[in-house]
Amino acid sequence: MSDYSDIISFLPYKDPFHFVNELIELNDNQVVGRYRIKKNEYYFEGHFPGDPIVPGAILGEIMAQIGLVCLGLHLSKPEERAYVMPVFTSMSVDFLSFAKPDDLLTVYSEKIYFRFGKLKCRVSCKKENDIEVANGSMSGIIINKTDRIEK
Amino acid sequence: MDMTITQENVKNDLIEIIKSYLSEEIVVSEISEDNHLINDLKINSAHIVDIVLDIEDKFGILIDDDAIGEMNTVQDSIDMVLKKAA
Repeated sequence: MSDYSDIISFLPYKDPFHFVNELIELNDNQVVGRYRIKKNEYYFEGHFPGDPIVPGAILGEIMAQIGLVCLGLHLSKPEERAYVMPVFTSMSVDFLSFAKPDDLLTVYSEKIYFRFGKLKCRVSCKKENDIEVANGSMSGIIINKTDRIEK
Repeated sequence: MDMTITQENVKNDLIEIIKSYLSEEIVVSEISEDNHLINDLKINSAHIVDIVLDIEDKFGILIDDDAIGEMNTVQDSIDMVLKKAA
């Protein structure tokens, strides 16, 4: 359990763009984590006025933070975790259902491969009652903050 | 069936793999051995990993972390396959 919260502490995100509450499972092949959508997420003001729905782009980000970045941190060397800069490289995701304020999202991610520093996963996001909100594949690389190249 | 691995059939198989990662501006029939995968063929560097994994599957070889750095041009990649499959 302590290793899980340790991994979360290395996430480079801050509120209002930190989308991981807890990890339930984490090993070399998969991660399961949760995030509860806040009632006052900043983007609800515009998406949509009076009818708050989590944008697909944000759902993809939630899935990536849990499914790629947390797993990627676990797979990186412990001494390098503090210098991690995650780079999202691709995703192919189908959106199946709406996510709304106060929904508890559970993200399941299974490693397809982790080679040459690139992590590719099959990721699914569900809300309560086992309703699938989105699924697909996504990949990213982790670079060292100090090696960051502007491009 | 001739199963010999030659420069020419590795090149054809390689181009077949590379094809799906190319942008529309690249004309497949114009790809030459000295083309640089990233600089000339405009392949996204993150996709180089996918190409290497496809190459491993296609030729039944294993390319290690150091070797990927040597696969800069089409010819470099052909050489890598010929070396590993030898």
